[in-house]
Amino acid sequence: MNLNEAQLLQAYRKMRQIRAFEDRVHDEFATGEIPGFVHLYAGEEASAVGFCMHLNDEDRIASTHRGHGHCIAKGVEIKGMMSEIYGRRNGTCAGKGGSMHIADLEKGMMGANGIVGAGPPLICGAGLAAKFRKNGGVAIAFVGDGGSNQGTTLESLNLATVWNLPCIFVAENNGYAESTGSKWSVSCENIADRAAAFGMPGVVVDGHDFFAVYEVAGEAIKRAREGGGPTLIECKLNRYYGHFEGDAQTYRGVDEVKKVKESKDCLMLFSKRVTEQGLLTQAQLDAIDKEVAAEIEASVAHAKSSAKPTSADLMTDVYVSYP
Amino acid sequence: MARELTFKDAINEALAQEMARDETVIAMGEDNVGGMGAEGEIDAWGGVLGVTKGLHAQVGDRIMDTPITESAFIGAAAGAAACGMRPVAELMFIDFMGVCFDQIFNQAAKFKYMFGGKAETPLVVRTMIGAGLRAASQHSQCLYPVFTHIPGLKVVIPSNPYDAKGLMIQSIRDNDPVIFCEHKSLYGLKGDVPEGSYAIPFNEANVVREGGDVTVVAMGMMVHKAMEAASALAKEGIQCEVIDPRTTSPLDLETIIESVENTGRLVVVDESNPRCSMAADISAQVTEQAFGSLRGPVKMVTAPHCPPPFSDVLEDLYIPSPEKIAEAVRALK
Ligand SMILES: Cc1ncc(C[n+]2csc(CCOP(=O)(O)OP(=O)(O)O)c2C)c(N)n1
Ligand SMILES: [Mg+2]
Repeated sequence: MNLNEAQLLQAYRKMRQIRAFEDRVHDEFATGEIPGFVHLYAGEEASAVGFCMHLNDEDRIASTHRGHGHCIAKGVEIKGMMSEIYGRRNGTCAGKGGSMHIADLEKGMMGANGIVGAGPPLICGAGLAAKFRKNGGVAIAFVGDGGSNQGTTLESLNLATVWNLPCIFVAENNGYAESTGSKWSVSCENIADRAAAFGMPGVVVDGHDFFAVYEVAGEAIKRAREGGGPTLIECKLNRYYGHFEGDAQTYRGVDEVKKVKESKDCLMLFSKRVTEQGLLTQAQLDAIDKEVAAEIEASVAHAKSSAKPTSADLMTDVYVSYP
Repeated sequence: MARELTFKDAINEALAQEMARDETVIAMGEDNVGGMGAEGEIDAWGGVLGVTKGLHAQVGDRIMDTPITESAFIGAAAGAAACGMRPVAELMFIDFMGVCFDQIFNQAAKFKYMFGGKAETPLVVRTMIGAGLRAASQHSQCLYPVFTHIPGLKVVIPSNPYDAKGLMIQSIRDNDPVIFCEHKSLYGLKGDVPEGSYAIPFNEANVVREGGDVTVVAMGMMVHKAMEAASALAKEGIQCEVIDPRTTSPLDLETIIESVENTGRLVVVDESNPRCSMAADISAQVTEQAFGSLRGPVKMVTAPHCPPPFSDVLEDLYIPSPEKIAEAVRALK
């Protein structure tokens, strides 16, 4: 493993930021102050961070409706995200997008997305642009197990191979699309098995294990950067909360989430490994936890005290120019 | 006998009764049952907002879940409709039409004509429309004008539980493809609904309120906003005739024109964006056919020409309000 101390601290910090952000949004949503549809990424942190740790601002990612984790992993500012979720004018998207549409193109984050399966075609375009612009960039589409069944996703896999694009398709298989089990909705055993049909490597990885994800991601990203074409990677993981906030989750097995949390929580696995191997100390991790808690607290306070958009904002930014 | 039902339960009852009556009626959609391939409860969702809840226990496998693959399953519904079934397919949000539109407008809508009259495609696409839930740009649109534009499609927009049941039953029995638009803010609305089965014919507008001063045409959620405006205006001595067309294709223009001949004034309220909207369409048709009866310009009250925004302040400005409707009416008096 080629991660130095600073990188390990960074990986832990990102995963902790995502977890703390999502736990807090969950609590705040329950108070009724957060409007709209909110889908939380808690439990899946190792996937977003394992991939995005390899990326720079020139690299692009496209996310899903469950986008907060990908945003944070790609470097989108937390304060702006929280303000956006609260519908404030100083939010990442000026309060016009909300949780499902957070995007920050300067950070290479092409948007959370309200349309399941919309990311992969866009990521083919990002890969194509990187190829033409010869900037060495790669492009990663995150989709869910549900999104992996969408025609747009399957068409993109084909296109990426045909055009030999520097793209990676990450299927985050958390077992469910809304209430529907991926065991039922996905026609083959592993989503990654489909890679063979599209002439690209397919890899299954334990999405709870940051180090495993990081390694698999690194290989695929290296290959893509060197012109070796696309890869399909399936991360098997779990979501800790409901499909969206307010989901009663009666489709889930008893203690399902509890068991996962106790046995393979990604933050727990990471902490255990780095402390046991003497790579980081518990004190270092605790310090990050504290800093992150304060950061999230401040982002909520900042969001709540920030102004909402005004009527003057309604008609702006529909076009670049329009007579 | 009538009893109170919510808009949501009225649709559920229509589906249940039609599925019991006719074995060829099948229903499908993402999480229409819910819990497939999962360890917990089956029928865990019954649709994302619970419209199809409980149907699985009544009709078994004739209500089906689908993977997230609208192009394939809406297309499959169209194909099955052309092969003797009567599918009711759910396109969860009308905003998702982009994913599957070809199967609707180039396929289902055109079979009858293109095949020289030989095909029938009794397909129903149930879909949610409308703003108000802070669901932002991709989950709040009122795209029914796009469907209304397409010859071969019928478009239904119920505004109350009674109409929802009767129009759903008609939609299922109808032999053409029907886009059935359910405003998500109406699901909780209660109203009298007969227990027995009844169909409301298409092309029959409902005069929701009679009045001699100004004709106000509105559909879906906007009927309620128009009624609010009408109550406020009545206190000022202005009597509105509020008309709910209930179907935008076919459109009962006759009822609207009859009213305009009496009032001489028309306001059309439409939650969709203004360009090529139902407001623009109805205004144009009335102007063309009843110009002589109009005593002033036709007024349109619509959402503005921008996507539905997320922030509550902006979304409230986006949705046509009773105040804006009243203002438009006053401007004509
Ligand atoms: C085209 C489209 N179809 C359906 C939906 C409704 N929807 C939103 S999320 C979701 C489930 C997605 O499941 P998955 O891809 O596994 O992602 P997860 O929620 O598990 O992260 C569905 C059906 C949508 N937003 N867009
Ligand atoms: Mg999933």
